[in-house]
Amino acid sequence: MDKVLRMSSEKGVVIFSKSSCCLSYAVQVLFQDLGVSPKIHEIDKDPECREIEKALMKLGCSKPVPAVFIGGKLVGSTNEINFSPHTEFARGISKNATKLSQSFK
Amino acid sequence: MNSTSTHFVPPRRVGIYEPLHQFGMWGETFKHNIGNGGDMNTPSHIIIPNNQKLDNNNLSEDTSQGTGGTPHMFDQEASTSKHPDKIQRRLAQNREAARKSRLRKKAYVQQLETSRLKLIHLEQELDRARQQGFYVGNGIDTNSLSFSEPMNPGIAAFEMEYGHWIQEQNKQICELRTVLQGQVSDVELRLLVENGMKHYFDLFRMKSAAAKADVFFVMSGMWRTSAERFFLWIGGFRPSDLLKVLLPHFDVMTDQQILDVCNLRQSCQQAEDALSQGMEKLQHTLADCVAGGRLGEGSYIPQVNSAMERLEALVSFVNQADHLRHETLQQMRRILTTRQAARGLLALGEYFQRLRALSSSWATRHRELT
Repeated sequence: MDKVLRMSSEKGVVIFSKSSCCLSYAVQVLFQDLGVSPKIHEIDKDPECREIEKALMKLGCSKPVPAVFIGGKLVGSTNEINFSPHTEFARGISKNATKLSQSFK
Repeated sequence: MNSTSTHFVPPRRVGIYEPLHQFGMWGETFKHNIGNGGDMNTPSHIIIPNNQKLDNNNLSEDTSQGTGGTPHMFDQEASTSKHPDKIQRRLAQNREAARKSRLRKKAYVQQLETSRLKLIHLEQELDRARQQGFYVGNGIDTNSLSFSEPMNPGIAAFEMEYGHWIQEQNKQICELRTVLQGQVSDVELRLLVENGMKHYFDLFRMKSAAAKADVFFVMSGMWRTSAERFFLWIGGFRPSDLLKVLLPHFDVMTDQQILDVCNLRQSCQQAEDALSQGMEKLQHTLADCVAGGRLGEGSYIPQVNSAMERLEALVSFVNQADHLRHETLQQMRRILTTRQAARGLLALGEYFQRLRALSSSWATRHRELT
């Protein structure tokens, strides 16, 4: 759990994904389109994959990946952000994300 | 036509038996055994619809041939010498049984004929309905009397529900059209808009269940007409297309509305692109998965199994695409006024109606040419 919290604060936008998960890939592409370069953690390449999955589920994700953290806070999965073309929200994300990623540099 | 019984069957009957001769024999075989408890029939008669059965029925008319080889004959022979009146009684019983059997057969055949005509009539109606743009399940082939193979029950249920959905959709479009031509209160209009939106959301819910039953079916768009399939994107319409269809119909928009629509368009396009790229990646990984392994391994099970795991992701993609469609519709509703939303729903509904009509016209045109 601590590891997850630490990892999720490493950068403005952090995405937990798996190399085999194509939906996570789509999330990455979306953020890149928004002009944000998120930090991607492919948890299946991490030896503690199961623990990370469990921690993510505990934090409230229905699926462990993809999980998106902005500013260290869990925003959600695909439904919550990425494929909701909610204008203010999407623009808000990109604004916050760039601001935060700059502050973390 | 049964050659051995040709000269036993009176000419007037040929017309009835001719078209469904095969069925007639089957039906008679069953009915003869069911109806006659008093006869000396053995169970073997049930199994084979053979010439013997027909001969039995025509015993009363048959004087020359004893080719029946049936239990009747043997029994009668055994008691012939001792009880002539018994023979007469048996013969009379046989005549009666034969007569009854013939009547039953006639009734059965007539029933089959009526059903056959009804079936042809129904197929013609379905054909006509299809041409008029109504949805007709793809499982029903109106070009022959064949029945399609049994489908996945989840999919069969979906196809039926979708048929109803289309009918309801057509009704709603009609209503919107009528109402927008005249004067209508805002309250009534809001109700119509809410119903219209809910109708689309119902479709997404149905599709989600169908995707769980058979995701390939939803992805293929087989449940839609051919022109709609041409524009298919992950099992449905493209959200960006939706905006393209709607926008020309809004006469006056405020600056804020224009700005909001612009932003919506952009984020919609971005989400669509991201999903499309995700789909491409899924295709690549699936292809790699299936193509992997050594040459000559055949349909090696582990590869098929791992491919199946990947296919589970396809269900999520279909659901995400529908979520995007849902959100796009929802956002448009928020941006527009009630009247604008009503016009938007009408425009969208008519767009799909025209695509369906295009599919029918194209299909008919193709048939006329060939």
